[in-house]
Amino acid sequence: MIRKILLSAATAATLALGAGAQNIAITNAKVWTGTDAGTLENANIYISDGEIAGLGVNFAPPSGTELIDAEGNWVTPGIFSPFSRTGIVEVGAEDSTNDTSAAGSPFSVALRAADGFNPAATPVDVTRIEGVTRIAVAPSTGGSMIAGQGFLADTSGDADSISDDRAFVFIDLGEGGAGLAGGSRPAAWAALRGAFADARGYPARFMAHNEGDALTRADAQAFGRAVRGQQLILISAHRASDLRLVMDLKQENPNLNLAIVGADEGWIVADELAAADIPVIIDPFQNLPASFSQLGATSRNAERLIAAGVPTAFSYLGDNGHQARLVLQSAGNAAANGVGFDDAMAAMTTVPAEIFGVEGSGTIARGSTADLVIWDGDPLEITSAPIAVFIDGEAQSLESRQTKLRDRYLELDESEKPLAYKN
Amino acid sequence: MMKKLFFVLGSAALALAGCGGGGGGETTDNGDKYEIDRNPFPSTYSPYPSTSTLLKDATVLDGIGGQIEGGDVLLVDGKISQIAEEIDAPDGATVINARGKWVTPGIIDNHSHLGVYPSPSVSAHGDGNEISAPVTAEVWAEHGIWPQDPGFPRALAGGVTSMQILPGSANLFGGRGVTLKNVPARTVQGMKFPDAPYTLKMACGENPKRVYGYGGGRFPGGAPYSRMGNVAGYRMAWAKAVEYKRKWDKFADEGGDPPARDLELDTLMGVLNGEILVHMHCYRADEMAQIMDLSEEFGYKVTSFHHAVESYKIADKLADYGACSAMWADWWGFKMEAYDGVRENIPMVHQAGACAIVHSDSDIGIQRLNQEAAKALSDGRRAGIEISNADAWQWLSANPAKSLGVFDQTGSLEAGKDADVVLWSGDPFSVYSQAEKVFVDGALMYDRGNPALTPVMDFELGQPGEGDLK
Repeated sequence: MIRKILLSAATAATLALGAGAQNIAITNAKVWTGTDAGTLENANIYISDGEIAGLGVNFAPPSGTELIDAEGNWVTPGIFSPFSRTGIVEVGAEDSTNDTSAAGSPFSVALRAADGFNPAATPVDVTRIEGVTRIAVAPSTGGSMIAGQGFLADTSGDADSISDDRAFVFIDLGEGGAGLAGGSRPAAWAALRGAFADARGYPARFMAHNEGDALTRADAQAFGRAVRGQQLILISAHRASDLRLVMDLKQENPNLNLAIVGADEGWIVADELAAADIPVIIDPFQNLPASFSQLGATSRNAERLIAAGVPTAFSYLGDNGHQARLVLQSAGNAAANGVGFDDAMAAMTTVPAEIFGVEGSGTIARGSTADLVIWDGDPLEITSAPIAVFIDGEAQSLESRQTKLRDRYLELDESEKPLAYKN
Repeated sequence: MMKKLFFVLGSAALALAGCGGGGGGETTDNGDKYEIDRNPFPSTYSPYPSTSTLLKDATVLDGIGGQIEGGDVLLVDGKISQIAEEIDAPDGATVINARGKWVTPGIIDNHSHLGVYPSPSVSAHGDGNEISAPVTAEVWAEHGIWPQDPGFPRALAGGVTSMQILPGSANLFGGRGVTLKNVPARTVQGMKFPDAPYTLKMACGENPKRVYGYGGGRFPGGAPYSRMGNVAGYRMAWAKAVEYKRKWDKFADEGGDPPARDLELDTLMGVLNGEILVHMHCYRADEMAQIMDLSEEFGYKVTSFHHAVESYKIADKLADYGACSAMWADWWGFKMEAYDGVRENIPMVHQAGACAIVHSDSDIGIQRLNQEAAKALSDGRRAGIEISNADAWQWLSANPAKSLGVFDQTGSLEAGKDADVVLWSGDPFSVYSQAEKVFVDGALMYDRGNPALTPVMDFELGQPGEGDLK
């Protein structure tokens, strides 16, 4: 289960709280299950102890269960945003509030984005109330093409919302990484090979020297799990030739657990990616030659990758410190550009869960984590929104700082008192 | 409330028409005519060939609040000829069965940097901001536009038929913007919207003080360093412009030697004369209120506040003053002045009776402005603000056209206006709908079903993905 990865005493305390969650059932739902069961009409979902304990058209929850009538509306797994900066930056341009990157740090892999996570950050609520319940949060590159380690969390805002504080290593092997490595792709790849050697040679090669070929002692230690295939490595790259280099890396190191972020030219090498079994996290909005690495960008990238059998997840790669919620609009646009409804839903539920190895997430099935959203319409439709959001079986607040600001200013009447007295 | 805006725009259009390309006709003592050429880079755009086209049996949004089910729209000679429930096809007209489809005015984006920040965004393409000084009213966006930007045809495929290209927001006065028809052309002049007034880009808040006050790693980098410095900078420039205008007015009345030309002050004088429309980047409510006072101090009008993330806080004051707000549906948080963004900004501005516009400021966002309107519309409805689809379309066409001074020509489906029209595959407030056909002045410039009608820019030739679906 998701929770077992965190082992601190604090986590155990809050787990005990969570175990107190009431049993509830959602009735009369149109359920997109994310499994072979497909979509169920008029189904009931029984939630107990944060898990889905029963599901079906004819399934009757135990008597005494609190019932929530979905009135025929869509119910889906909570949305899993596979690549964001949610909760590690409050105001992008204010460095004091921005923990996404650290250009002045001597470290790379050893940087843990989780250390910067604030579950009370306002983007967490803003993201949750749009139906996103799970987030994979990556550090941004600062001084090194190896940005550091990213984490997995839910969007409850609870103190224990991180489920894996070192879920993956994020490396930029595109133009940005080339620049940080010294000015070229060869420099980036030399640095990567050096980093692999440092990590594999840790601690022996640091006996005589304090510095490795490419990594500090702390970074080499931190990189150990990833180079042994025990931790996911997310690589940012777009150009078809760069993607082929990543596939070569995997061929030379078959035990590596790799996924690619970006992949605007992924469709050009889609069959090869499928054969190499390397998943991708793409932004379906990208259809411009934004750089010389993205000349082949097309809104058909998603359709072609999925048709070739590449596990494909969606993310909004714009301002993803604040707008991870736009993954839903991305998916809707992918659906308008040739991707089937089920594949578009999977790209923000089951596929991210598979990429990050989170069992029980992304589906509605007996034993799944009870992350659920009840929608007021088609979940891919731009005009739809959640009616209710559940994380680990608990109903979540649909308030954010934004909804409070809205409510304060919906009526501009100041005849009695200034608006600052209006809550 | 709205009338104020129309009055200003109307007078701007009149003033421009009055000076045409020829200047004011001032004379010197010896009788020689001295002219400031106000239009030295004239539009060479002319509509592309078109046939008469009859769109039959569509859901029609006329862009000024009307919706017709099963309506017909007839385009003749590049103009909207007629909208009615039933129109007989003229001889030779192309008849398109639009049953189940929607027809709207073309989308107008009044905040784009296509061409000045084109794709690919390599360093050599950074032509959108003359950062060299806080007041650069003398620069013109059109001199930085690369007409081969692949962003233009992507926007066309999103139903965008006209757009304003603006300089960036580093400067207090960023320079002149220009309004374009979204057709491929070899030159910028070939895209310029005929007779559209010039605009002036100004900027509030964080950007100018960050770029100049904190700029270049120096401390302090120079003025402005604070919002106080911003306002002082605007006022000093306007004070100079008032003096400059006085000299030219005196020259016009009395003759003598013409005053020395100053290109920066030419632009500001154009604003004071009502010929050039002010578009001001401004996020915070309190700053917009200060700027409205500032404009009255010097006798000009802000036509539109851009980004306007906090317009919902002063929507009543914006309505009284008569400025439009050009807004995103949901961008927020990337800097402090964007921190108070709410999803209902656009409908809250509309509800207060102020002029609301959906803008992009993005080469990605410009491709789906209809979706941005749909998000805002539905979020507003959930907050209890009932606005019809037909009224909401004003955010995408009529209101931006008014803010650019071109509503007499485009921005709604009314007989006699430019036939800038989009045929949508379905309800354009749905994510599943796409622009199927886009007409600019009646000419079919984009057809989703006909790859030969998707423009391939020079840059895209011989590159991966040439001629691909985009």
